[in-house]
Amino acid sequence: MAMSSATAINPSGAKPKPLLAPGRALIYALLIVTSIYYLIPLYVMIITSLKDLDQIREGNIFIPTLNPTFAPWIKAWSSACTGLNCTGLAPGFLNSVFITIPSVIVSIAVASVSGYSLANWPFKLAEWCFTILLVGSFIPYQVFLYPLVIITREMGIYSTLYAVIFVHTVFGLPILTLLFRNYFASLPEELFKAARVDGAGYWRIFFQIMVPMSLPIFTVAVILQVTGIWNDFLFGVIYAGPTNYPMTVQLNNIVNSLQGVKEYNVEMAATILTGLVPLTIYFLSGKYFVRGIAAGAVKG
Amino acid sequence: MSSVFVKDLTLKFGSAKVLDQLNLDIAEGEFLVLLGASGCGKSTLLNCIAGLLDITEGEIHINGKNVTWAEPSDRGIGMVFQSYALYPQMTVEGNMTFGLRIAGMEKAEIEKRVARAAEILQIGPLLQRKPGALSGGQRQRVAIGRALVREANVFLFDEPLSNLDAKLRADLRVEIKRLHVRLKNTMIYVTHDQIEAMTLADRIAVMKSGLIQQLDTPQEIYNRPQNKYVAGFIGSPEINFFEGAVDGEHFATRGIQIPLTGYRFNGARTSGPAWFGIRPEHIFSGDAARHLPFSVEVTVELVEPMGSDTLAWTSVADVPIRFRMDGQAAVKHGDRILVGFDPTRASLFDKQSEKRL
Amino acid sequence: MNRPNPLFRNLTSKLAASPMIFIVLVVFIGSTAWTVASSFTSIKTLPIFTPQEFYDNWVGWDQYVRLWNTPRWITSITNLAIYGVLFTGFAFIIGFLLAVLMDQKIRAEGVFRTIYLYPFALSFIVTGKVWAWILNPAFGLEKTVRDLGWTSFSFDWLTNRDMSIYTVVIAGLWQGSGLVMALMLAGLRGIDDEIWRASRVDGIPKWRTYLQIVIPMMRPVMITIFVIVASGSVRVYDLVLALTQGGPGNSSQVPSMYIYEKLFVGALAQGTAASSVLLLATAIILIPWIVVEFGKKSRV
Repeated sequence: MAMSSATAINPSGAKPKPLLAPGRALIYALLIVTSIYYLIPLYVMIITSLKDLDQIREGNIFIPTLNPTFAPWIKAWSSACTGLNCTGLAPGFLNSVFITIPSVIVSIAVASVSGYSLANWPFKLAEWCFTILLVGSFIPYQVFLYPLVIITREMGIYSTLYAVIFVHTVFGLPILTLLFRNYFASLPEELFKAARVDGAGYWRIFFQIMVPMSLPIFTVAVILQVTGIWNDFLFGVIYAGPTNYPMTVQLNNIVNSLQGVKEYNVEMAATILTGLVPLTIYFLSGKYFVRGIAAGAVKG
Repeated sequence: MSSVFVKDLTLKFGSAKVLDQLNLDIAEGEFLVLLGASGCGKSTLLNCIAGLLDITEGEIHINGKNVTWAEPSDRGIGMVFQSYALYPQMTVEGNMTFGLRIAGMEKAEIEKRVARAAEILQIGPLLQRKPGALSGGQRQRVAIGRALVREANVFLFDEPLSNLDAKLRADLRVEIKRLHVRLKNTMIYVTHDQIEAMTLADRIAVMKSGLIQQLDTPQEIYNRPQNKYVAGFIGSPEINFFEGAVDGEHFATRGIQIPLTGYRFNGARTSGPAWFGIRPEHIFSGDAARHLPFSVEVTVELVEPMGSDTLAWTSVADVPIRFRMDGQAAVKHGDRILVGFDPTRASLFDKQSEKRL
Repeated sequence: MNRPNPLFRNLTSKLAASPMIFIVLVVFIGSTAWTVASSFTSIKTLPIFTPQEFYDNWVGWDQYVRLWNTPRWITSITNLAIYGVLFTGFAFIIGFLLAVLMDQKIRAEGVFRTIYLYPFALSFIVTGKVWAWILNPAFGLEKTVRDLGWTSFSFDWLTNRDMSIYTVVIAGLWQGSGLVMALMLAGLRGIDDEIWRASRVDGIPKWRTYLQIVIPMMRPVMITIFVIVASGSVRVYDLVLALTQGGPGNSSQVPSMYIYEKLFVGALAQGTAASSVLLLATAIILIPWIVVEFGKKSRV
């Protein structure tokens, strides 16, 4: 049947699409506007930390200075007053490192081995404990606060680094064990069976087969733990002891200092310094970060 | 007037050509099957016809209307998906009527259509159930029902039976054929299963790498495949191939000469390197082979009894071939037996182009 | 032949998983039991352990009566309710809308997602500090808008007794809604593409497909997200500490602050009673999730 009207457009080939259809434009506009809302605090943090006190008093919070200075950063790091000491955040940074690295290692070690047991060498008691672990992860930590003080005191480690490492291991256990157990369970069973037929035992299979195949999940676990532990405040305050206070505690105390004048620029510089480590990890790891959250949350 | 007319359809993703200058002319009421292996482009073609994918070049006409730029819901089509794609939180009735209600159709008209579809597909008692409470076969019928109530002219099926087990597949296959006989609508059906294609189609389009290899009736495709790929794809067990040369009168391979009297060449008789294909079911053995134009004595190497038939393996001119025997035949490894075939049932393909000679 | 003692079967796994078992039994079960039991006693600074001690110090529901007669506790519970409802509600809405936007095959999706999620990588202390600065009446939002001309604009929520809790909601949303978005997006992506195609062939507009088909399909995911978000909001502490210090006065106190104080300044039983209340609140939040999970199992 011939086309009826010779003057009508005869649609052929690719559908004409304006470069930016109104619908798409709206979507991008919304995304950009909300992005700005999310970025503003970061922006404010940065520009405030580069001003001196006069510029803060006279200037506007949203307008950057034309004469940036790094003095607040230096002060925040080395001479700001936190509580009774005026040694800046540097000691806190070191403390955070000393808390985070061992905590990450211990918590992941315990959780990965537990997950491995649950996935490949299960026994009834472990499975019950795992269920309780998962339910327990929802219990508000306030329930455990004082008992953990008692427990760590009995273990002789209260108010030391060991105590806070222990506490982080305890609270990381539910989600990390879940992560590892699910991952190990998803590895092909034939691999495991073949290794057993070959005569390999619990530890050999773990180190020579499971771990090498699990680099992605270990990465996710490390990211989750480093971020969570570095950002922790309460456990550091309660269990680590005053000489071991992490950076977050010092940051909190900067404002509550005994000095009269509130030095917002130093405060903001300190804020950035505290957030630098997890942010860097976040920006470098992107996909793993999201995968970690999604895996832990959605499966739980 | 053709029901579905596809002209020079090309689809490119970036620089990769997924579909290349395809042409289809489907008559009204015809059942056309798009057949091919995974990745050949059959589902892609179907989605283009449905309007779910935008094409790069070409035109699509449905029922005389140029629908190249039209939305799927404006193309007069109904579609059935591989995983049924039923809306899980709605009842069967809800699933079938959702689109119609959105379009603002009158309640009476909707009820009429649902009743008709329910009667044809025998899903009346299921109307208030949710998809989760249905079996695979029932779900597929509901999916067909959802397409039916649109009272479209053209129905598109995207591998609708692939998710079902073998028995269910066979049952539903018959139902779909009965449906076509009753409704007489144009149907375009995508599958990788050649049995479905052969039993359901009025015509089959065998596809590979985004091109239609052959568009013909099932009989023609089976008897006269137009290229080596089609010959190898259709027919189970697979066709036997010999490599050699044609010299007009004979096909020669490794010391064997096969006479080509009676073979219908596509064009003029030619000569040159070629493939010779003969199906296992066209190779006969024992007494039946004695009077055939070509026969040779062979040693049976392997026997695969299948109950109704027995598949035997042997070698002719050092080429392993299969041939079919009666299931009751008493034959075993090592037996000497006469096999033969009629070359008019064979297919010759040019060695270079793989096209039928 | 002697049957090997079942206790020794799978010994390596049992030993390897013993830290997890120890933690579950002693920390999770032990602490919860101790906390709940102690809430029925009159202990103040010294914890008790033996049944005899519990018997001697038993006071029944006294602590709870006292708790609910304390105005500060009532304030903190009210604040928690306000924060919990608003935070969870808005996080859901914002997270869902952002996820829908991101689901539209956006270019530079990774960039947007990085922007929405980076606040989650920051410590609550950092978040509190920066929002304290932005919402600072003297220097922050209020001053900026006034400078722009609206001289009567006031945004003194931070220093306003009635509104201080709402600043916590704002800061919390900034940090947490990106996470909800990521989880919702994962859920959206789990919807079979064929459902979308079917709805297109049916002529159903996109927004209706989201509303009447996709959202009902996402019910399990939404419940999981709800449980995670809601149970997380019950524990809010660091954020309030850094943002308002619970003030002005006690107007933005939250239960976790109240508990912390009571536990460590000589009112142990009160603290444990308050903790038990939080425990109950969490249990209530978990109920819809448990119903769904058991519903699933019984259907199988």
